[in-house]
Amino acid sequence: MSAVSKDNTIVNEKIVENATCTFCGCCCDDITLTVDMDKKVVTKAKDACVLGKSWFLNHVIEDKPIARIAGKEVPLDDAIDEAAKILIEAKFPILYGMSDTICEAQRQCAPIMDDCLGTIDTTTSVCHGPSGMAFQGVGEPSMTLGEVKNRADFVMYWGGNPAEAHPRHFARYAVTPEGMFTPNGKDDRTVVICDVRHTKTAGVADIFLQVKPGKDFELLWMLRAACKGVEIPDNCKEICGIDKETVTDLFEKMKNCTYGVIFFGMGLTMSRGRHFNSGALMALATDLNEFTHFVAKPARGHGNVTGADNVVAWQTGYPFGVNFSRGHPRFNPGEFTTVDTLTRGEADAALIIASDPVANFPKPAIDHITSEKCKLISIDTKNTPTSEAAHVSIQTSTYGINTGGTVYRMDDVPISLRPAFDSPFPSDLEVLTKLRKKVNKLAKKLNRPYATKKYI
Amino acid sequence: MKGQLILIPGRSAKQGVGLNKGKLKDEYQKVTTTLEVSFEDAARMGLETGDHVKISNNIGETNVTVKALREGKIPEGYAFIPYGPPSSCLFDGETCGTGMPASKGMTIDVEFIKKGEKKKTKLPPRTAAG
Amino acid sequence: MSNEIRIINGIVFDPTNDIEGKVAEICIRDGKIVSEVSKSAKVINAKGMAIMPGGVDIHCHITGPKVNLARKLMPEDHRLDPHFKTPNTQSGSGGIVPSTFATGYRYATLGYTTAMEAAVPPLTARHALEEMYDTPIIDNGFYVLLGNNLFLQSLIAEGRYEEFKEAVAWWLNATKAYTVKLVNPGGDEPWKGHKNLNVKDIDEDSKATDIAPRKVIDAFIDALHELGTPHPPHIHCNNLGHSGNFDTTLETMKTAGDRRLHIAHIQFNSYGGELGKSPKSASKEITDYVNDHENITCDVGQVMFGKAMFMTADAPLTYLLRGYKPQKWVNADTECESGCGILPFDYQGMIYTHAIQWAIGLEIFLLSKDPWRIVLSTDHPNGGSFMNYPMVIKLLMDYEFRKEAMKHLNQKAMNSTILGELKREYTLNEICIITRAGPAKCLGLKNKGHLGVGADADITIYDMLEDKEEMFNAPRYVIKAGMLLIENHEFVSDYTDKKVLRVAPEFDKDIEKVIKPFFDDFYSVSFRNYPIQDDYLHGHGVVIDSVKKNSIHEN
Repeated sequence: MSAVSKDNTIVNEKIVENATCTFCGCCCDDITLTVDMDKKVVTKAKDACVLGKSWFLNHVIEDKPIARIAGKEVPLDDAIDEAAKILIEAKFPILYGMSDTICEAQRQCAPIMDDCLGTIDTTTSVCHGPSGMAFQGVGEPSMTLGEVKNRADFVMYWGGNPAEAHPRHFARYAVTPEGMFTPNGKDDRTVVICDVRHTKTAGVADIFLQVKPGKDFELLWMLRAACKGVEIPDNCKEICGIDKETVTDLFEKMKNCTYGVIFFGMGLTMSRGRHFNSGALMALATDLNEFTHFVAKPARGHGNVTGADNVVAWQTGYPFGVNFSRGHPRFNPGEFTTVDTLTRGEADAALIIASDPVANFPKPAIDHITSEKCKLISIDTKNTPTSEAAHVSIQTSTYGINTGGTVYRMDDVPISLRPAFDSPFPSDLEVLTKLRKKVNKLAKKLNRPYATKKYI
Repeated sequence: MKGQLILIPGRSAKQGVGLNKGKLKDEYQKVTTTLEVSFEDAARMGLETGDHVKISNNIGETNVTVKALREGKIPEGYAFIPYGPPSSCLFDGETCGTGMPASKGMTIDVEFIKKGEKKKTKLPPRTAAG
Repeated sequence: MSNEIRIINGIVFDPTNDIEGKVAEICIRDGKIVSEVSKSAKVINAKGMAIMPGGVDIHCHITGPKVNLARKLMPEDHRLDPHFKTPNTQSGSGGIVPSTFATGYRYATLGYTTAMEAAVPPLTARHALEEMYDTPIIDNGFYVLLGNNLFLQSLIAEGRYEEFKEAVAWWLNATKAYTVKLVNPGGDEPWKGHKNLNVKDIDEDSKATDIAPRKVIDAFIDALHELGTPHPPHIHCNNLGHSGNFDTTLETMKTAGDRRLHIAHIQFNSYGGELGKSPKSASKEITDYVNDHENITCDVGQVMFGKAMFMTADAPLTYLLRGYKPQKWVNADTECESGCGILPFDYQGMIYTHAIQWAIGLEIFLLSKDPWRIVLSTDHPNGGSFMNYPMVIKLLMDYEFRKEAMKHLNQKAMNSTILGELKREYTLNEICIITRAGPAKCLGLKNKGHLGVGADADITIYDMLEDKEEMFNAPRYVIKAGMLLIENHEFVSDYTDKKVLRVAPEFDKDIEKVIKPFFDDFYSVSFRNYPIQDDYLHGHGVVIDSVKKNSIHEN
């Protein structure tokens, strides 16, 4: 398709309809992209939010080498060979990241670690990992986002700030949309926000609850007790910062709605109590089913972190923090999760895919991963502190803009991507498939004796 | 001009936008070095928006710029900072068996370093587009 | 390497081609069974062994969103049952809901080479296909949940049957499914929209759409009959698990008239007694009807003692069961389409209800007269793991073993069952029918479940052992699509070239114009992004042709 640009030169323009933005876990699939095919840039991203616009519009094909070893440009295959050699020779190789890539690429990862007898972990472990653990303990009543749009008359956000982290969550799924049984949109809903800060999200609330920092669990447990007929205590305000009347009223609203939902964020999972907090919330949602239909859902962050959880779970049985050193998957958060393997200085090789621990991890972990003791391999679409610190660094094309594939929305709904334009960089899938083959070949050559005995 | 606060790092839209532009670019660096505190705490410690401070705990230290928020936005005694390398400097690697470092609610010391440059109050000239 | 295999001296069981325990040669070339191969073919000497087609599981829950939720839910169970890596296969986790790799390998180690996933919501069908591609060895297909689809229900309610049929065909194509699954039709709306209620009667109007389950069932039977799908609607009846539900089951079967219908895990729907009280056996009433009606096929859903996992689109049922045993519980509502409930469970021989369920399943097996229309299943993992199949086979083939087992179970239950009087013992040929030849026929899979020339070379070779559980637990050889995968009980190769079986009935493109407005209003994904692209079949999709018939015995 051709069009005339402002300065009267013909530009080669392409429209991509129903493209999916993979920046956050909302994975909005209704974006219309206008692409300048000559310059290889997205010029418009209709219907995208501020984060989505910056995701699409800032994407440029940078002029940089595809593969580097120790800072020097090398052919891709050399980098893959080097990476495979490092991983297979390492005593304690770890693989981490995976949240910002497609499921097809993620599916290559566990088999790589299976062959290296290594450890695989995703960004879930520093995001909603505690919610994953809580899920294992108490289960969770949940739903797809369309159910919220169609039915929910009670919507609550707890310890999350979707106005800034998931900007279209309100308009597309949970607060304003007019659904089947909520024809008047926001007027049909009670919106409650519970947070320690008066964030932008608090602005849309019918009821805002400013809970004392670190006291979410106490409030949740009071509500659980209320489900069993226990009165909210008189010193409620002292305990959690919210007075008794407000909490009692909140409980009545929860009980009497037709379809209630709580979305929760990292305000719960990252604070003291971690999985106890998310577990208490899931258990509360379960308890409320005695009175009405009630569901809960973690508001997941990065584009496809939910996909990473799903892929690792179906391949190994566990969602993150999985170790293969005994010839079968073992799960132990705190032992096989990346912050721990790095902080304790155990990992001697690290394959980091589409994430940036060097920028985001605790300092002791960063100190180890950037040290001589740990060989760092990075596969990423952008230059990050991690890719810059890596011994082997491979640049790949960006999912959802340059390559297709599958991502899972925060509610586990799989969505296919519609790429806008090609990239000279290889896809994550291509690089990881090659690496998997190479590692498998080396592993076969090593002919390690595999364990056949259970250690339980 | 010293004080203790409890730090709650988190996501913000600006941080997300900065991330897309590139983590090695100025915008991201600027966003992730802005410490939001309550107006009351700022006043108590004699700080103003734009001041440079050092925040530290037993893990590490980093220099950030203060932004004082009006009443009620953030509870007294607490401070907010978008995720990024500066906040990481203060995280402990201890995960209490969960894999998740305690990334919210750590106690930090705040120490004044230098005054920020005075913001120009003059508005830019109006453009034709308004 | 030659791609030819000649199996000599084995005792062949091929009921489809009327071969029962006869020594014969089987020749394989390019993944198919052929009449002759060259001299250079690899020779397998199966002297004294039984040769059967690879097993076909008509009803199990092994891939897709609800399976993965259940998998994530059970770390404590995986931990007890690791699946080790071998030089030729990947590692995984076992337990009641194994990881995908372990699922594929474990099916193969029982001699099964095809397994159909029985319930996938259309919105998340991509997930099921992705998991299938990570489930090695076994060919898969899945049944798509349409029984509680609000749009389709509205078409039925308005009497727009022509458009309904087109829309069903569109949905089958859009999701790459094998047939339609109906689960507790009409039950989702009271559950999701009316504070966790359920529909109680097949003729009761569900509140949201003013449409009785019977109307929904009838419309789907009719649509699939007209479309001529190789397998009819696969139904999980209303009132499943409730005492006295056999009436509902009979009414459901009567709704079909003389058109085909498959009743899933019929054991769970064969209970007498009063609602809310302990169940009694109604196996006789149910099998009488099934025996007399060639249009009905069913799988049993045998309950086996030990660990199980309720994993069903029948969300209200799961919640009800949670009332008996407050356990960790998962509910998963899918917009406009489906519900889902997950609950870990264990069946215990000393509990009356569990023991009677076990007995009812066996009664149904033993009372049914046509083995071609009754399929072995445990509704994995709802009635127990598929790993129990060899034990079920032993129970069916060995009267004394059955009697012995009954001694250790709840005696009140045992006294109320006629199981002890049923002396029938299944023959090897009958076992071959209910595990392979029969399900293949019920599914309309012409190339599976038999060993005639042209069939897929999916073959299992068992040592002929006295203990039938032992025999079916460990085939000596397993051949998949002409490739030798298990040799002397060990994996000698992996196989990832597996197929996805599906149907593709024709439909009028204009139906999209009728469906789209509903999507735009009530779904959270774009209409264009909903149908699944061919990429998800990875080039392994196999379309099974439509044939219109009223019984599996019609030619």
